[in-house]
Amino acid sequence: MNLTLRIWRQPGPDAPGEMTVYQVGGITEDMSFLEMLDILNEELILRGDQPVAFDHDCREGICGACSMVINGRPHGPERTTTCQLHMRHFTDGDTIDVEPWRSAAFPVIKDLVVDRSAFDRIIGAGGYITAPTGSAPDAHAVPVPKEAADRAFEHAECIGCGACVAACPNGSAMLFTAAKVVHLNLLPQGAPERRSRVRSMVAAMDSEGFGGCTNTGECATACPKGIGLDAIGTLNREFLRAR
Amino acid sequence: MAALPTVVFMALTSERTERSSERGTPADSRSAVAVVWNSTVGKKAAMAVSGLVLLGYLVLHMIGNLKIFFGPADLNGYAAWLRTIGQPFLGHEWFLWIARLVLLAAVLVHATAAYQLSRRDLRARPTGYRHRRARSSYATRTMRWGGVILALFIVWHILDLTTLTVNPKAEPGHPYENVVASFHTWYSGVIYCLAMLALGMHVRHGFWSAAQTLGLNNPRRDRALKACADLLAFALTAGFLAVPIAVMTGAVK
Ligand code: HEM
Ligand code: SF4
Ligand code: FES
Repeated sequence: MNLTLRIWRQPGPDAPGEMTVYQVGGITEDMSFLEMLDILNEELILRGDQPVAFDHDCREGICGACSMVINGRPHGPERTTTCQLHMRHFTDGDTIDVEPWRSAAFPVIKDLVVDRSAFDRIIGAGGYITAPTGSAPDAHAVPVPKEAADRAFEHAECIGCGACVAACPNGSAMLFTAAKVVHLNLLPQGAPERRSRVRSMVAAMDSEGFGGCTNTGECATACPKGIGLDAIGTLNREFLRAR
Repeated sequence: MAALPTVVFMALTSERTERSSERGTPADSRSAVAVVWNSTVGKKAAMAVSGLVLLGYLVLHMIGNLKIFFGPADLNGYAAWLRTIGQPFLGHEWFLWIARLVLLAAVLVHATAAYQLSRRDLRARPTGYRHRRARSSYATRTMRWGGVILALFIVWHILDLTTLTVNPKAEPGHPYENVVASFHTWYSGVIYCLAMLALGMHVRHGFWSAAQTLGLNNPRRDRALKACADLLAFALTAGFLAVPIAVMTGAVK
């Protein structure tokens, strides 16, 4: 299939950017969105142009690197990551807009690449448990209720991609922070630091300049891992109880 | 235990001890109220609580207004009774003034939090997307403008029916006659109807949102809460609108 791409090009953090139009041909429907961009980049390199900079790593939907807003939706039209989005969801002749995550806390570094280290600092504020890990513990050393284990695991699926922030009209990081707090606060291993974790993580989130939650729900719609809005309800409860 | 490897993976080594105590975060040096108010989550909770106070008042207010359908004696008698609540423990109109102070405090907290959070939210998303598409529901998107409309309406409404400054009849102690006179002017009818539609929208998103903000929502209650929000919004809008419509159509004279 042949496509028209309108891609945000920005040479550097402080340089002005603009949507630039490219034609790309020879795309098959089993290609991923990133493979389609690879083809475009090969052409650009052959022409002597700068390739489009974008983040990617695992290309199997588990690392969260592949950040881009496709036709106004983070990771595009399907509930998946950009690397796992296949071109069969587009049709020949389509015009596709590709933009970087937009949020004050995620400044653009180049083209589609943004700086998401604000997430690392939120994790650094409490997204872990303080325990000597040593060798792997016996499976049944700490009993975990089945329901808590399931819910923690669902929320541990968050890959820190930032699609929630990109989708939110307030650039809020509540869904990400909530996923981490739910994951760790539900487990007995996370319980001793339950209060300090939620307090410090919310403080870190606020100090990074993310917006507040207006319960719009865009984040949960965009999340490739299906983290739900109820996580934010739990974060709010944990925060208010941690006083 | 599927979750365990993830936990172990995320855990740091034992050298990391400064976070092991429950105390000692910088936040603790400030008072609990300041910590709550200064965080986005806490400020939103203050907004939710003040909003629920206002909502509770509106339900009572709307029901009280319906007494207009029972005639001047009923409504005026009811208004007079409102001034005697708590007597003789409280003096005449004391309860009314306490209620007014609580409402004023609720409006101030609500509006201040809304203003501060909105400024922060707008700063957090300085650049929009070139590719535009329809986003969240209408009620959700109109919370800010709807709130501004309601604030302006409250000012107008107090000038119209409490202080009677702009009321065509302006007879203290006779709310029935004042309400009828007010709704005989076309602009009063328009202002009330527009404001009540704004109120319905505001409550529709606001009620569910408050439950979510206060951590009272969960997947099992979500649908019931949304249904409750729709019902409240509809009952308030319909109940409040019944009065101006009845006066404008001549059903109440
Ligand atoms: C068409 C619908 C409404 C009618 C007919 C109406 C009528 C009245 C009347 C007659 C009073 C004065 C009561 C008295 O002096 O004893 C009053 C007070 C008040 N109303 Fe309404 N009202 C309506 C809707 C609303 C709405 C939607 C709000 C909130 C946004 C509201 C907020 C207030 C407040 C805050 C007061 C207290 C003012 C004070 O005591 O200082 N009203 N209303
Ligand atoms: S909550 Fe979902 S959208 Fe947000 S960072 Fe985690 S995986 Fe990505
Ligand atoms: S490249 Fe790792 S999730 Fe897409």
